[in-house]
Amino acid sequence: MADLKKRTVDAGMKAYGWLEHRLGLIKPMWAAASHPTPANNASWMYVFGSAATVLLILQVVTGILLALVYSPSASEAWGSLNLLNHNIALGWYLRALHGWGSDFMIAIVILHMIQVFLFGAYKFPRELTWIVGVLLLLMTLGMAFTGQVMRFDQDAYWGLGIGASIASRVPFIGAPLVHLVLGGPIIGGATLSRFFTLHVFVIPGLLLASVGVHVFMVLRHGVSDWPMPGRIVSKATYEQEYHELTQKTGIPFVPDAAWKDAVFAAAILFAVMACAFFFGPFGPGGQPDPTIIQTAPKPDFAFLWIYAVLAFLPPSLETPVLLVAPVLGIAFLLLLPIFAAEGERHWARRPVAVLMVSVIAVTLGIFTHLGTYTPWSPIMEAWTADAVPVKYLHDRTPLERQGAMVLQDKQCRNCHSLAGAGGQRGPALDAVASHMTEDQIYRQVLQGGGNMPAYGNALNPSETKALVAFLETLRGHDLAPAIDASRTLASTGETHTSATPAPPQPVQPHSATP
Amino acid sequence: MSELLKHPGESGSADPTPEEKAAAHSRRSFLFKMSVLLNAAVGAVMAVPLAGYLLGPTMKKSTSAGGWITLGSVDNFPVGETRLVDFDSPAARLGDGETSKVACWVRRVSAQQFQVFAINCAHLGCPVRWFAQSKLFMCPCHGGAYYEDGSRASGPPERGLFEYQYKIAGNALTIHAGGMPTLATQASCSEKSKPLIQIQSANDAAGTEAL
Repeated sequence: MADLKKRTVDAGMKAYGWLEHRLGLIKPMWAAASHPTPANNASWMYVFGSAATVLLILQVVTGILLALVYSPSASEAWGSLNLLNHNIALGWYLRALHGWGSDFMIAIVILHMIQVFLFGAYKFPRELTWIVGVLLLLMTLGMAFTGQVMRFDQDAYWGLGIGASIASRVPFIGAPLVHLVLGGPIIGGATLSRFFTLHVFVIPGLLLASVGVHVFMVLRHGVSDWPMPGRIVSKATYEQEYHELTQKTGIPFVPDAAWKDAVFAAAILFAVMACAFFFGPFGPGGQPDPTIIQTAPKPDFAFLWIYAVLAFLPPSLETPVLLVAPVLGIAFLLLLPIFAAEGERHWARRPVAVLMVSVIAVTLGIFTHLGTYTPWSPIMEAWTADAVPVKYLHDRTPLERQGAMVLQDKQCRNCHSLAGAGGQRGPALDAVASHMTEDQIYRQVLQGGGNMPAYGNALNPSETKALVAFLETLRGHDLAPAIDASRTLASTGETHTSATPAPPQPVQPHSATP
Repeated sequence: MSELLKHPGESGSADPTPEEKAAAHSRRSFLFKMSVLLNAAVGAVMAVPLAGYLLGPTMKKSTSAGGWITLGSVDNFPVGETRLVDFDSPAARLGDGETSKVACWVRRVSAQQFQVFAINCAHLGCPVRWFAQSKLFMCPCHGGAYYEDGSRASGPPERGLFEYQYKIAGNALTIHAGGMPTLATQASCSEKSKPLIQIQSANDAAGTEAL
């Protein structure tokens, strides 16, 4: 028995020797994997990069499997996605894995970036590793956007329209750029084909090659040591110090440090599987028929914040901000390690860095949250779907009730809410009469202003009178109506036949203007 | 590179001997440099048609794509109303499927006067919807609004709706339809004098803007 075991081991070693003598890769790869790394970076904070790589492999594998069925043709893509969802065994699960894998990959890549930034790990000699990492982030986002186009539904179609409209704002080359993006004058077969080419050939090729360069540089310079306050990075001494630290405290990366990476990657893969299984695939939504206009297009989660920013930019600033801000942002990220290659690494000594991460995170979080419920969009069905609350019709005159009809019929509710129902584009009207006088309401309705169109052409005089009469009854919890102090003064100066509906309350110097 | 093999001509010392310098200017190294030049030339000749193929879609003017399309009899459009009409894009190609369909809003101002609006919001191209009661076009994406004549009413768009050129041939309403309209591309072969980007101020309404 022992003899058999010895012979098996010998045969195995011989086969390995035969292979390695010809291949010559196994020994150097093992040497790279087990290279010594300072013991202080064998930490749970250093696991994001490897998890992102594992997710990339998941995306490649699931992407290849989806491509077995997906048809990258404008006339068939949407149908083939439904085929995957409903007719191909486990097709829905593969789509869900790929979709959730994408969301997780963006999240992990961003976490990785924040960790590297806060730990000052982008400093000398790892500047180029960071720069390649920024390119990897951009490519990951590029995969997310082109992937959203692959899900060739209404959102993808109108999302392409938004992309083309942004491209059209580039000065001088706007028109050729639009046609380059779309592959022709309209969104169609050529558009899907070129986004498919980007999503499946161009960006993945660049992404895999860049990951190779990124990992090669990580091995070349070693994983950064845990930062300590006061331990300054200097180009003259850092590499010597890192070398000494590694000699003194070094442990082999595989297996002593890598087990944490492996456990975290497994947890992330498990989370992707759980989300895919319980929440299922993303879409596809409605079919990509541009004549179906009953749609409210929205981008995927990662781009909601951009969608929100686009709602708030004033027209005159939109083009400059759209074209200049991304260039500045990306340039800042790329040039950061060039200008901050030395100095403190620890976050406790870098308040500006911590502040920047906090401000950017809160800003993106707020815009993304706004993007989930789009308060700037009119609710197209509100005028027929959300009735005027009954409490606002009690004890009202026929004229005021007629005004409530006008309010519904003229689609005011699409932008204005009553009792929480309706659009949020404009202010809620529940207490409008307590902060606007009758004259101001007339002026606002007829002439518009702020973000409100003028309704002078859409309302006849009797409709206007009824509408304002109804609005005058909306005073929240019976707040005092807004009154024009000058009118009371003028009327008391002349006669007592006051025209204002103001009750005889002690006159407060109440200003209705904001 | 294996450590067993040394580069030919490689020696340990840093500064080359005259023999090594001469070797660097050998016939072989000259021929190698010439072969690099040759490949650069072949590469350039190869690259021109490839770049031309890639940039092909940018070469055509947006106004040259498309053509005249009949939207039906003018009797389908009552005076004073605005109606949604679908048509197949004359710029469509093989494999466009449903995406070759286009919708537009047709407004009949008077017996002989029409306005035909592109469905695309002038802000970022989302499909605007017409509300006859309030006489407004509203965009679902970022809340752009337009008056019945297509001019900007409120929201982020910086100009009014894009319009198609139309003519009435006999009893039929015909429009010239081309590419997707954006701030740089025309929906139609419209007159060149009108700039596409025209930042309109919101309302010129004076006075306090309550809220």
